[in-house]
Amino acid sequence: MTRLLGRLWWLLAASATIAFLSPPFLWLAGIMDGAGLTQYMQQVVSGVANGCVYALVALGIVLIYKATETINFAQGELMMVGAFLAFTFITMYGVGFWLGAALAIIGAVLFGMLTDRAIIRPVVGQPVFAIVMVTLGFGFVVRAVVSMIPGWGTDTYALTTPFSGADLRLGTLVVSQDHAAIIASTVVLCAILFVFFRYTRLGVAMEASSENQLAAYYMGIPVKRVYTLIWGLSAGVAAFAGLLLAPITFIHTQMGFGVIFKAFPAAILGGFGSIPGAIVGGLIIGIVEALAGFYLPEGFKDVAAYVVLLVVLLLRPEGIFGRVTPKKV
Amino acid sequence: MRFIFKTDYSQDIRLFPFGGTARFWLGLGLYALIVAGLAHASPIPLGPGHWLGIAAVYAVLFGAVLLRQNANGEGGHAAFWYGLLGVAALTAPFILDLYFTSQITFVYVYGIAGVGLILLLGMCGQISLGHAAFMACGAYTAGLLQAQGFDLLVTLPAAIILSAALGVVIGLPALRMTGIYLAFATYAFAFIVEEILARWDNVTGGNMGFVLSDPSILGYTFDSEAKMYYLALVLFVLTLLAGLNIRRSSTGRAFMAIRDSETAAEAMGVNLAVYKTTAFAISAGMAGLAGAIYAHLLFFISPEGFTILLSINLLVLAVIGGLASMHGAVFGAAFIVVLPQAISLTKDSLPPVVGQLPGLEAGIFGLIIILFVIFEPMGIHGRWMKIKTYFQLFPLYKKGTFKRQKSYMVSERNR
Amino acid sequence: MKLLEVENLAVHFGGIKAVDGVNFSVDKGEIFTIIGPNGAGKSTIFNLISRIYEPTSGRIRFEGRDITSLPPHKVAGLGIARTFQNIELFDLATVLDNMMLGRHAHRRTGVFEHLFFSRRTRDEELAHRRKVEEVIDFLDLQHYRDQMIANLPYGVRKVVELGRALCVEPKILLLDEPSSGLNVEETEDMSFWISDIKNLLGITVIMVEHDMNLVNEVSDRVLALNYGRVIATGSPAEVQAHPDVVRAYLGGDGSETEAA
Repeated sequence: MTRLLGRLWWLLAASATIAFLSPPFLWLAGIMDGAGLTQYMQQVVSGVANGCVYALVALGIVLIYKATETINFAQGELMMVGAFLAFTFITMYGVGFWLGAALAIIGAVLFGMLTDRAIIRPVVGQPVFAIVMVTLGFGFVVRAVVSMIPGWGTDTYALTTPFSGADLRLGTLVVSQDHAAIIASTVVLCAILFVFFRYTRLGVAMEASSENQLAAYYMGIPVKRVYTLIWGLSAGVAAFAGLLLAPITFIHTQMGFGVIFKAFPAAILGGFGSIPGAIVGGLIIGIVEALAGFYLPEGFKDVAAYVVLLVVLLLRPEGIFGRVTPKKV
Repeated sequence: MRFIFKTDYSQDIRLFPFGGTARFWLGLGLYALIVAGLAHASPIPLGPGHWLGIAAVYAVLFGAVLLRQNANGEGGHAAFWYGLLGVAALTAPFILDLYFTSQITFVYVYGIAGVGLILLLGMCGQISLGHAAFMACGAYTAGLLQAQGFDLLVTLPAAIILSAALGVVIGLPALRMTGIYLAFATYAFAFIVEEILARWDNVTGGNMGFVLSDPSILGYTFDSEAKMYYLALVLFVLTLLAGLNIRRSSTGRAFMAIRDSETAAEAMGVNLAVYKTTAFAISAGMAGLAGAIYAHLLFFISPEGFTILLSINLLVLAVIGGLASMHGAVFGAAFIVVLPQAISLTKDSLPPVVGQLPGLEAGIFGLIIILFVIFEPMGIHGRWMKIKTYFQLFPLYKKGTFKRQKSYMVSERNR
Repeated sequence: MKLLEVENLAVHFGGIKAVDGVNFSVDKGEIFTIIGPNGAGKSTIFNLISRIYEPTSGRIRFEGRDITSLPPHKVAGLGIARTFQNIELFDLATVLDNMMLGRHAHRRTGVFEHLFFSRRTRDEELAHRRKVEEVIDFLDLQHYRDQMIANLPYGVRKVVELGRALCVEPKILLLDEPSSGLNVEETEDMSFWISDIKNLLGITVIMVEHDMNLVNEVSDRVLALNYGRVIATGSPAEVQAHPDVVRAYLGGDGSETEAA
């Protein structure tokens, strides 16, 4: 049975990829007209842009999970805090976009590290589910506190970036500069992270401390410090995502809560615990959403992503890049 | 300190291991009926003096019965206190005003769903983020069948059975995955169910919602708060009993085995697929029952009432109440009903600067969750057990009695 | 008819041949030990018999019946029980609950009856409890009956694991390194129990063991395994004197070894 489902998975993956890549060929063959192709590519680009945001939030979740085996349900709130900080520095204090963004990310990193020290450290050693509940509760608290801060509160704010407003034209394709910026900066960030993890000792330290905290500690890995660093890094990535998302959805206290329910499926789709999986998962969810919204009748847009998740999990329960390590008895 | 002399293995599988026989239950039941009947029929409103008298009579009558039981072991302490609680529950509508009565009814309803979730999560170790969908299924089933003219004798079993069937479907991912994968697979299913309920306008009324009227059984209509209270109470007690029965049977042990070590469970003959599916089915059925009564309490249901927030509420109920036992359902349900009320009440006495802050409720809610997990991971039930054990073992109670071994070692990925 | 027959059993994990063409059979009422250096594939054979792993080729026959494709949860019902190398007890349950679960294969009532705790359920629970108490008496676990596994020392856990397997009332008991982690006294107790299991309870025992004293005391026949292949079978003395076995444990060529 498992073998059959495994084969079905490859069949599905292959057909989905072919279907996805087909429109240019359909156009060349004359089956699809130019306008249709442009619309398709428009949707794909828009989907990729949204997908990048999901991917970054998913990336933050997976980073924390890989290192600490904690599932952080407050990732959306970390993103929200980053976005609010950006708003504060850029718009309220008028510091200018690039400096404000940098300050916001630094602030978010500090906030993430503080979260680890204050909230997560006391519950280390308890079963996974308990820690999940803590992050859930923490999410509630952050949302409440942010809405209480004077100047932030429950209003919605817009963030103007140097990219907003204008559109790029590539042939008949119209891409908003926001979307282009999102895609470009995600690529850059991923490249930086790739280098960071492949060529530094932190990556190895991360994996070790997640497998067996005590053993890693005895091997000289400063486990607690690694955890704090990872939380900081993850919060920074989340803030980056918030910066990218802000021009599109505007900044408000609920912005994190909604994204979480796209980011988690993205991480799971890609294989929870795999960094490239998180990126790929995010992109898939974004693209599926965009295409479903355009080609399917009203209301299927939200459901489509979950249907895809279920189908993939049915055929490949560990996710696309997930690893199955059977238990040794 | 108490000394326990066991003479028979059957004492261990009793619901109240330390006493309480059929005679006792019969007597208690009769007594409660008499009190309820008297209170209902009483021409004068019953004051505190009356209730004191009633309690005294109870204490004397049954103290006598209890004293006779010492030959078999300790004499029915647990049964006595639960009995008293039962009397309190039965007479609450007469003492409290309408508002509190209806709030306690909600506690019972959430409690029913809570028992189901504790069975699934606490005993069997399977996560479900989709319990709202089961409640929705029960609610809409009850409503639609009522609109067709059926009374509770049909709608309640139908709600339970349909929700259980849905539970089997939503539980299918459990056969192949655990943890966060399972959580979001169940969430995905639940979301799809919600969308179906919203889109299927001509049947469910879609986003405009669905209106229900008072439920009835064979002509007797539950048209007052008090009547709904008793209906919910009876169903809650039955659900609790079902949960406790599962706990002390081999099905419950199989559930716990699946939670702790699937490999060993299989080696001992537990068919994982069947038992996981059963756990989901029972849990969903209970949630469906809760949903049905919930619908009748609210008189109006719409897909917006059954979102992820409800599922998260139920999870909080289970975790804060205490995952280890059915008591947790009661404590947890009380928590999620009482806390928002308590916050609203104290809001008025706080200075306006703090009291008028939006989102204060959610914030305090979250703060309490965090504090509980850090300081009392066993939930309210855990704290209750510790207090009880303190008094039982006094003065020999040691702080380390309940200290759980923190596991820094095992990565749960290899379970 | 042999109680258990293993024919040409092989399992390959990727390129690694964990078990490669193993043949043996076990008679009723004997104690059969499998020895071999670490990584030889001993526990893998157990996992194949318990159906946790799927063999790449070969057959397993129990009482003449082919069980090679049996689902894992049916193995206990046939009468094969096992213990695990790295104790797989249910940590958050009591010793009693663990052992009562060993009776799971013998249940006659269904979930529906359990919901209402019918009379049949009650009777069955009491019958199981009596059986479990017999095993508790056999293993002297009365002291620990109501304690949670998480609070018990390693030695006691091993005994509880043995007890749980005995509650299955098996025809064959698979013991995976029963004496690992036990001190001298506990190992002695274990050896007496294993003999009692054979003599008093009439259960056939297949054992994986490293402690040669225990192997010599208890076993009727021994099988030596190395790199997934059988290198010797016979009585304990024969196998231990076999040059291939000596070479497997000590390395080099056997001509260098001297009696210790």
